[in-house]
Amino acid sequence: MLLIVVFLVMEALPALRHVGVARFFTDPSWHPAEGFYNLTPMLWGTLFAMVGSVLIATPLGILSAVFCRFYAPPAVAQLYRKLIELLAGIPSVVYGFWGLVVLVPLIGAIHPPGPSLLTGIIIVAIMILPTIALMADASLTNVPQQYVRGAAALGLSRWATIRGVVFPAAKSGLFTGVILETGRAIGETMAILMVCGNVVQTPHSLFDPIRTLTANIALEMAYALGDHRAALFVSGLVLMGMIAALVAAADWISHGRIYG
Amino acid sequence: MNQCSLSFMLKKYAALVVLSTAVLMCIPVSAGAQKPAADQLTGKLVITGASTLAPLIAEIGKRFEGLYPAVRIDVQSGGSSRGVADARQGLADIGMVSRAMKEDEQDLSAFPVARDGVCPILHQENPVQALTDEQVVAIYTGKITNWKAVGGTDAPITVVNKAEGRSTLEVFLHYFKLKNVDIKAQVVIGENEQGVKTVAGNRNAIGYVSIGTAEYDAAHGVPIKLLPIGGVAASTESVGKGIFPLSRPLHIVTRTPPVGLAKAFIEYAQSKAVHDLIRQQYFVPLAD
Repeated sequence: MLLIVVFLVMEALPALRHVGVARFFTDPSWHPAEGFYNLTPMLWGTLFAMVGSVLIATPLGILSAVFCRFYAPPAVAQLYRKLIELLAGIPSVVYGFWGLVVLVPLIGAIHPPGPSLLTGIIIVAIMILPTIALMADASLTNVPQQYVRGAAALGLSRWATIRGVVFPAAKSGLFTGVILETGRAIGETMAILMVCGNVVQTPHSLFDPIRTLTANIALEMAYALGDHRAALFVSGLVLMGMIAALVAAADWISHGRIYG
Repeated sequence: MNQCSLSFMLKKYAALVVLSTAVLMCIPVSAGAQKPAADQLTGKLVITGASTLAPLIAEIGKRFEGLYPAVRIDVQSGGSSRGVADARQGLADIGMVSRAMKEDEQDLSAFPVARDGVCPILHQENPVQALTDEQVVAIYTGKITNWKAVGGTDAPITVVNKAEGRSTLEVFLHYFKLKNVDIKAQVVIGENEQGVKTVAGNRNAIGYVSIGTAEYDAAHGVPIKLLPIGGVAASTESVGKGIFPLSRPLHIVTRTPPVGLAKAFIEYAQSKAVHDLIRQQYFVPLAD
């Protein structure tokens, strides 16, 4: 871990020295061949795609776990869980390919051009859904049985039990699930590279194409030289910073609100 | 990042497979008739220059090393200008230059090994059959945004551009005298195949890719069509003949007329034995 950070900093240093930190946020555009290095549109792209997909995947994932644990008959629940596990194991290129040939033309028909922030959000939401669904399922399983029985003895309805007893008891596990899925959403590269259009711009609507920081590295690294290459390592550093901030925030919230 | 490095690994495996088949094919040859020649050729060749050419020359180098086990070929990329400078100063034995030679570079001996061609592609069902150079420029700079303006259906144009640093982008910009800052694209792609899939999945898209890739996919049922440029049909044949305008020669250069090992390698790189490698990199072998 430390080695990776050191490596990133070493590789990014030439760009930081030649270009300067400020220019990565104030240049007019991202055109490294012509000497412009603005990363902010991609930072926004990454953030929007992450927030959107987490907002969709979290309720769906938790509800699917609730269904699996409290509503579905055991046979169905078993099958359902296996399906989710399978979903978690599909490589992201496959999702990306599916998005490119199915989802992109579909959204293109509603609102051209097709490859857009929305497509990216949907694909990433589908990809991180298994993570949160499985984590939520595990944390719901860990809620002590006597809580549930106690609630039943009090005559609470099934939904009231889930909302009033199970969720509060499982919240730290659910929270960990959200952090894990968010990390996955930030780091996702291949699928997003295939469906987002990769135009470097701050999106103004859901149908605008975007480029994320990860996609930027994957797209340009193979042919980058000199300062351009170093600038891509700066992208990597920024990503690293985002993840670190996420973990720190999660730590702070969990200490303050959940365990405290 | 995971997926990214995975695709790199896959490429590496592909290279390994190619290499190993090359080695296998060479065993009977080097054991037989060419044995005396293999004994004579020893030493190390340093080749530097254009990043477009580096992967191809590296592959050719590997096959050459298989033929002559005592030879080492070291390929480094760094741009055509580095290829010229290194060859001139003697830092490299051979330089790689991915363009036509300039007036002031006549002191070097240049040897073409292949051609690189780029052509615009449309969806097969797009009624537009040809675009003038001005129309392509207008579409890519965002002055024309609807197909109606160039004789097509009433639909917005999806402009597909290449990511910064790709050689296809350079060829395209150079021919149309554009700057990447001026291009207003809706989609930016990396690999040629990704460009073909994007256009195949969107009736209103225009993109440009290496001719080798486009021709292969169009022949295998992918619904795209290749647009002619300046009245010349886009095909590997017209690129090979040197008449397709949106193309460039790929050269390897030396300071003095080559002798010995360098001469043998250049002759090998220009021979028919490497045409399959050239096609694998989506370049076009030269017509005889």
